Amino acid sequence: MISDADLTALWITLKLALVSTFLLLLLCAPLAWWLAHTRSRSKVLVEALVAMPLVLPPTVMGFYLLVLLGPRGAVGGFLESIGIGHLAFSFSGLVIGSMLFSLPFVVQPLQNAFATAGGRVLEVAATLRASPLDRFFTVVLPLSQRGFLTASVLSFAHTLGEFGMILMIGGNIPGRTQVASIAIYDHVEAMDYAAAHSLSLILVVSSFVLLMLVFALNRRFKVVSL
Amino acid sequence: MIQADFQLQRGNFSLDVALRLPSSGVTALFGRSGSGKTTLLRCMAGLEYQPGGRMVFQGEVWQNSKGFRPVHQRPLGYVFQEASLFPHLRVINNLLYGYQRIPATQQQLQPDQVIELLGISELLQRYPDQLSGGQRQRVAIGRALLTSPQLLLMDEPMASLDATSKAEILPFLERLRDELDIPIVYVSHAIEEVTRLADHLVLLDHGQVVAQGDLQQLLTDPNLPFSQSETASSVLQARVVNADVGDGLSELQLEHQSMLISRCGLQKGQATRVRILARDVVLALTPPDDISLLNCLETQVLDIQPDAGLNPNPSQVLVRLQLGQQTLLARISKRSAERMALKENQGVYALIKGVAVA
Repeated sequence: MISDADLTALWITLKLALVSTFLLLLLCAPLAWWLAHTRSRSKVLVEALVAMPLVLPPTVMGFYLLVLLGPRGAVGGFLESIGIGHLAFSFSGLVIGSMLFSLPFVVQPLQNAFATAGGRVLEVAATLRASPLDRFFTVVLPLSQRGFLTASVLSFAHTLGEFGMILMIGGNIPGRTQVASIAIYDHVEAMDYAAAHSLSLILVVSSFVLLMLVFALNRRFKVVSL
Repeated sequence: MIQADFQLQRGNFSLDVALRLPSSGVTALFGRSGSGKTTLLRCMAGLEYQPGGRMVFQGEVWQNSKGFRPVHQRPLGYVFQEASLFPHLRVINNLLYGYQRIPATQQQLQPDQVIELLGISELLQRYPDQLSGGQRQRVAIGRALLTSPQLLLMDEPMASLDATSKAEILPFLERLRDELDIPIVYVSHAIEEVTRLADHLVLLDHGQVVAQGDLQQLLTDPNLPFSQSETASSVLQARVVNADVGDGLSELQLEHQSMLISRCGLQKGQATRVRILARDVVLALTPPDDISLLNCLETQVLDIQPDAGLNPNPSQVLVRLQLGQQTLLARISKRSAERMALKENQGVYALIKGVAVA
């Protein structure tokens, strides 16, 4: 019912969503922390930059990334020169693209979570001899579980549905950079509605199950919300 | 000795203090809202970094021009106005949070001791949102105590509580003061709390120290707002000589004179203090024996002051009375003072209408 090529596309989609979500959480936590607590004037600038992917057409970002990461781009050219090779039409390129695409969906929930998990309880922890790192792991993290959950789900789900940017930066190479959403488009173009149906249905059902799971978890996590 | 020098400017507000506080007993930082009490306490703790400030605790420099020791490296306990318990931890883990972070050799106070002192043994497995306001504040106090602090800073720990919870917390604070040998700096704008708890008083206004010194002296100083207010009172040191003299009364000794109060669980030999409102003191030239008042103390007139303050009442005077080494305030009508021809050094009998054990 599902062809091997479609299974591969699903697998790449899943891998892409997992990898980029994981990396985003790791990289955005410090940024979100800074945004939640800084009084610096550059905060406005950084916030605007982070929110850019919300308003830009994905093709615009994909186009610039392609130019930048391609063999003649600043980054791609440099990587090429040191023997790593450029990133256009590669899985790494896809990851970078989808990270950029989902950036605001991770930063904003984390920033909100950190803003409420900071403040008074952190001062209390300091008067109870907890060092800054200790405070982060024993107070901030447990109190921002919901923020991390929201950020992960949004980033994951957002990556599942990504299309334009991936087409630009990844091309459409089956087995390497072809993800489910692009595979569906291909099937529709080829008038293979049956294959498009089964692949679409899988995305619909899995997204629904994922969201159900999150809302169920969220009920449990409410105990620790501030 | 605690040395705390801080100057700061924030908008219209400026703080400029150079304090030397005793390193034992309870020091109250007293003043209206906005007088800078909390800011000063936060500077002392290091929660607020103020360049140019200086904080020295018993010879240890916590802050000076060369360095600033971060809060988590200072041996202090801090109780905030709101309990601010960690919402994700049960009571027992809130209590142990600080305890587990100090070296075993410095764990002077043990959890069992503190749980008993604060009466929270029933609550250990609960989460903070299952506690009442008073319970939460007791847990917060216990949590701070379990770091075995060398200095306890309390920022209006009772201000956000209702009257019932306040009545529940006060006795614990008194036990704390009496049973633990930790200097406490206590911020408050409620004079009743201060007269019950404090030994030493710092009066702040607009970020400046208006007066500081012994509680009894400041309360009876005619130039300070305490003695000028409607609720002017004196606090006297006394000792229980007989816990039960019948009729539900206990006998106290106060500068070699006897005073009867309602029994209130005090033990024989225990030192205590009583608070007497100036308006509850009646003066007489001879000891009357046909009135219902129980307590009559022999005193000497120190001086007679016209009523002062924001809304002076011209019909009243404030009489300061010498009672051994202590001072008692009486507020009487000016006409009575003239009729009795009261003058300095004259012996008078002070009849006490009401006594509160503080």
